[in-house]
Amino acid sequence: MIHDKKAHKYGMVIDLDKCTGCGTCAVSCMSENNVPFKEDESDKKDSITWMRVYRLTNGRPFPDTEVVYMPRPCQHCGGKGDHGHSPCVSVCPATATDYGYDTGIVSQIYTRCFGCRYCMAACPYHARYFNWWDPVWPEGMEKYLSPNVSPRMRGVVEKCSFCYHRYQLAREKAYVNGTDEVPEADYQTACTTACPAGAIVFGDLNNPSHKVHQIVKPDPHPDPLNPDVVGKSRNPRVFRLLERLGTNPKVYYMSEREWVRKMGDHYLDGEWDKVKNVYGSASHE
Amino acid sequence: MKVDRRSFLGLGIGAVAGIAVSPVGAKLTDDFSIWTQNWPWTPVPPDGEVSYDRSVCNLCPGSCGITVRKIDGRPVKIEGLDTYPVNDGGVCLHGIAGLQYLYDPSRVKTPLKKVNQRFVPISWDEALAMVTGRLKQLQEDQNPEALACITGSAQGSVPGLFNHFMAAFGSPNCLTMPDLESWLVLTATTLHGPKQTLGFDIDHSDYILSFGAGLIDGWGSPVACIQAMAGRKQREATLVQIEPRLSNTAAGADRWIPVKPGTEADLAMGMCGVLLKENLFDPVFAQGFTGGFMRFTAMVQKEYPLDKVAEVTGVSADDIQKTAIAFAKAKMPVALPGKGRGEGAQSLKEFAAVHTLNCLTGNINKKGGVFVKPLPDYLSFPDPVIDDMAQKGAAAEPLAASVQELMARIDQSDQSPVEVLVVYNANPCFALNDPSRVAAAFEKIPFKVCVSPYMDETAMASDVILPVSTFLEQMEDVPSRAGLAASVVGLARPMVKPVFDTRSPGDVVIALAGALGGGVAQSFPWENYEDCLKQLAGQIWKPLTRKGHVIVSGRPPAGSVETDFSFLAENPDTLKPAGDQEFTLIPIDNFRVPSTVPAPSPFAIKTVSDRILKGTDMFVEINPQSANHLKDGGFATLTTPAGSVRVRVHFNDGIMPGVIGMVKGLGHTLNNRYVSGKGVNINALISPTIEPGSGMDAAYGIRAGISKA
Ligand code: SF4
Ligand code: SF4
Ligand code: SF4
Repeated sequence: MIHDKKAHKYGMVIDLDKCTGCGTCAVSCMSENNVPFKEDESDKKDSITWMRVYRLTNGRPFPDTEVVYMPRPCQHCGGKGDHGHSPCVSVCPATATDYGYDTGIVSQIYTRCFGCRYCMAACPYHARYFNWWDPVWPEGMEKYLSPNVSPRMRGVVEKCSFCYHRYQLAREKAYVNGTDEVPEADYQTACTTACPAGAIVFGDLNNPSHKVHQIVKPDPHPDPLNPDVVGKSRNPRVFRLLERLGTNPKVYYMSEREWVRKMGDHYLDGEWDKVKNVYGSASHE
Repeated sequence: MKVDRRSFLGLGIGAVAGIAVSPVGAKLTDDFSIWTQNWPWTPVPPDGEVSYDRSVCNLCPGSCGITVRKIDGRPVKIEGLDTYPVNDGGVCLHGIAGLQYLYDPSRVKTPLKKVNQRFVPISWDEALAMVTGRLKQLQEDQNPEALACITGSAQGSVPGLFNHFMAAFGSPNCLTMPDLESWLVLTATTLHGPKQTLGFDIDHSDYILSFGAGLIDGWGSPVACIQAMAGRKQREATLVQIEPRLSNTAAGADRWIPVKPGTEADLAMGMCGVLLKENLFDPVFAQGFTGGFMRFTAMVQKEYPLDKVAEVTGVSADDIQKTAIAFAKAKMPVALPGKGRGEGAQSLKEFAAVHTLNCLTGNINKKGGVFVKPLPDYLSFPDPVIDDMAQKGAAAEPLAASVQELMARIDQSDQSPVEVLVVYNANPCFALNDPSRVAAAFEKIPFKVCVSPYMDETAMASDVILPVSTFLEQMEDVPSRAGLAASVVGLARPMVKPVFDTRSPGDVVIALAGALGGGVAQSFPWENYEDCLKQLAGQIWKPLTRKGHVIVSGRPPAGSVETDFSFLAENPDTLKPAGDQEFTLIPIDNFRVPSTVPAPSPFAIKTVSDRILKGTDMFVEINPQSANHLKDGGFATLTTPAGSVRVRVHFNDGIMPGVIGMVKGLGHTLNNRYVSGKGVNINALISPTIEPGSGMDAAYGIRAGISKA
């Protein structure tokens, strides 16, 4: 048994100014996690993409238009107050999805899932996908499937796992090496390592020596304006999606551009200026 | 026994109690839930020993190093290879999807011949005999130049073997599909003399003036360019992007300068004019200016005054002036030609004009500049054995300067001057402009041989298909190209045994040569391709096999460079998009959609936005300001001089009003339902326009009309 007593909080920060929208993270994820494909994948509601890259624009007319891309894995929410009551975990009647207090990772156990899809309704980030059909690979292609992740079947929900099998492998390796510590480099997700722009940084948000911690600088105290929100970034360029909901995602985003940061949530007229990062990111245009 | 109400109830209660106590119900429920948890139809990937192997990806000109994770020898995942000099651990979605190409439904599994418009499987012996039979006939007819060959790229030993074969056989008609590298070679040849190419040290440049080069949209060596761009802000290097549409590169640039499509060459000439007028060119480098510099200067001053250029290009005179000056005053400026990925139809005038900006600043063969370097010569081919017939054939006038010109020539002929055509690693029936005319030309060629792993559009139009292995199943040298500053040769190695009855293309050429006998056979003294590569690579074979790659050169080339201005001094015409309709249709190079060979993978198609492809419907982008009565998401009819299609409309504020954009690379008709029949091939809407000076197709866009459908 490994007695890794320190609680980790694995998370990532994605630099939207670096992201090129190339889609490599999405394909790396599909290949790593045995994600299937079907003849028509243009109905994005049923197109299983654990990692999906959204295109955002500033809505301004030519020639002042700007575009950024926003890769969206599962946000691995900590739930209100970061106590592990993620929106999806709270509603799953089968405990098919659960919160890992040792890692902060929201799991998904396919064989427990009976397809009620409550979690999909509860997820504010559309990170969950339902298998409406059994996966079918063209003849012979199932030979490239990886044994580390079980292929899913019709009737169950699936989503990004932060490549949990990579964590398991890294822990095994640490065990063999006789340590409790999983080195930062040993547990990296498939999207992170694939991104040619280096836009994704992954690691333990609780570990000050990890790059993700150093970029995000998560605030250990609850947000004074909203005690449900914990782990708010003290980096004025970093934000989370729908942060004020108190879902406490462990995926952070980063941009120099104010309009991009503003896209992270819905704001009433004039509200943005009041609620901009409490640490005072006036403008980084 | 009388059953009264009480005893009836008692019975009922007993039954309920019985059922509740009896294990049968629980057992059945349990069995049922276990049954529902059995999915014998979902594959259970076998576990086994994990190993990693390394190779090089050659799905595009990028030439990235890759690692392949295997389970008991079975490849399950491709990733970037750390410290490889091209991509240092990076990779792109197509490389990762490489395993899908291995098991692609459109793979040709065995040699095929066409009988009554249908393909029937044949043996390798029969296939090779059919091809050599035809070739011998050409020899008997003393007509070797009626053999033509099209390859997808010109670099590396395999295209080299095809060239070698053509030389020994005696035909000058060996052509390469237009890719960025072929454009750079043509540009270097025109300005600096033959057998050279250009590399751009964008990693170190502090001012990049890109004439539409999609630096994060797949230009050049895609991963290397993305990495250079990721570090750009930190280096405080400026990127100015000039193009009619806000590409991802433009979106990430410091400045986007929209320009009317097809006028980039004029803009570059205008900027040259500014540098000459303001005396901002490098006097030392100018000592190497040979032919026509004075004529060029006079011509530019006369023909490209700022106000005229401003009017033609839609960029203000002030902007042109300021940008040109900022460019010239930068420490290490680089101007990049090649719109989008830099392949396909473009014009030599544009490439030459943009590169002239580099020449004027003199930032040539310096760190952060442009490297004018010799073509890779790490392979030492023996001289082909040329017999009399080969000599006569080789002396014949080449039929065309480009594949597009060759196809046009055949299409217009009564009897095709080409009797046998061999196509390797290229898909002209899809990737050239107006593919229906290319297919018509194919019809006229009596015998077409396609050497390809896939049943693509060109394979389907051929008479014999020789199925070759993919890059994961064979050995091959993969030289870096496409504008990389460093010259690196990598070695792709077989990661898995051939999945089907395929051979390596090198072995195919060697076998054909051997069967022909005579001078051709003598020119191919090798047992097999591996033996051949070993001998061709000579000294670098050992390090190549040991390390997996060799850096041929990483530094700026030494020595002086001469620059010949005579091509531009004549002021060749800027070819305008054909037609006279209201809009200009331009192709969009999208990173996720490869537009040549191979076709997109199922994974790549899965990532395509539903604002590019919805079901089988193709979207075009248009600026809402010029959309008139069209509706966002609505259907429309798009018409060009080459054809008309039904499309859907996507309003994009980031495209110049008056321009319509369509993603290139969709609309395949090959035998893969995950990829085929989706959207429209934009090439079908563009008719080629051959540029007089270069013989290349320069039709990047075309005039178009659009109306509500
Ligand atoms: S791989 Fe990186 S650059 Fe490409 S879309 Fe994903 S995050 Fe963006
Ligand atoms: S962390 Fe792993 S599972 Fe999640 S999106 Fe990235 S690659 Fe996919
Ligand atoms: S950029 Fe080109 S060479 Fe590199 S991984 Fe992608 S397809 Fe392969």
